[in-house]
Amino acid sequence: MVARKESEAHRTTVEKKSDREVVVTRTFDAPARLVFEAWSKPELFKKWWVPRSMGMTLRSCEMDVRTGGTYRLEFGEDPANPMAFFGKYIEVVPGKRIVWTNEESGDAGSVTTVTLEERDGKTFLVLSERYPTKEALDEAGTGAQDALHETFGQLDELLTELSAR
Amino acid sequence: MVQCILAQFNTSFAALADATRRGVLDQLARGDASITELASTFDMTLTGMKKHVGVLELAGLVITEKIGRVRTCRLGPCRLEEEMAWIARYRQVWDARFDALDGVIDELKRQEKARGRKKRK
Repeated sequence: MVARKESEAHRTTVEKKSDREVVVTRTFDAPARLVFEAWSKPELFKKWWVPRSMGMTLRSCEMDVRTGGTYRLEFGEDPANPMAFFGKYIEVVPGKRIVWTNEESGDAGSVTTVTLEERDGKTFLVLSERYPTKEALDEAGTGAQDALHETFGQLDELLTELSAR
Repeated sequence: MVQCILAQFNTSFAALADATRRGVLDQLARGDASITELASTFDMTLTGMKKHVGVLELAGLVITEKIGRVRTCRLGPCRLEEEMAWIARYRQVWDARFDALDGVIDELKRQEKARGRKKRK
């Protein structure tokens, strides 16, 4: 019972704050500096941003996580025809906050803000994505972050498999 | 924040829990209708239909507008199914990522602990 309560408290929640903003929350059982480390070192970031269950290959991952730095993630098996996601870190406060732009969709690109709040050795994470228009947000939903959408079928299967255990 | 989502969904689910109210939504999906029309379609009193419409209105599923003496109802901005599907898809992505992130963080914690032990030696 206690274990169940705990896992519920750690659960990912998603809420639409407005037509243009979505907020995701999650608690991690670790101090904020470790969550930040996993988010800011490419070799660690690569291990979780595209979980194996999504069936995508992250071919390359360059990131310079500091204010003014840039990032570029390339997906796909074919190096000649990569699917790229890129943008700029507009604010980075180690252990506390990362804000970046998503520029692959041009003007429809969102700005993502991650804040980390440490409480009793655990980290409460709030991630907000702000889109320039309602249409851009709706599009992000139906395209489900573009690349990942294609693999939702696989993800569904995996989730079904896991829940059947 | 969680409470807020739950409250929102509870209102919507409560609104949809009643067969007449689901029927009203179905009817309005085909076209706007006045309370009087809805009452007669569902063979109810005006007062009874007003109550049902009130619940749907509260959940954002229906909007009403009074023009002259007639109150017209139409579907509201809160399209529950679309909304829920959208949120569910969004959540799947982040949930999978964060579960994987848990794994990376556990590894970091283990490494840190091991380093701590070495230092003490």
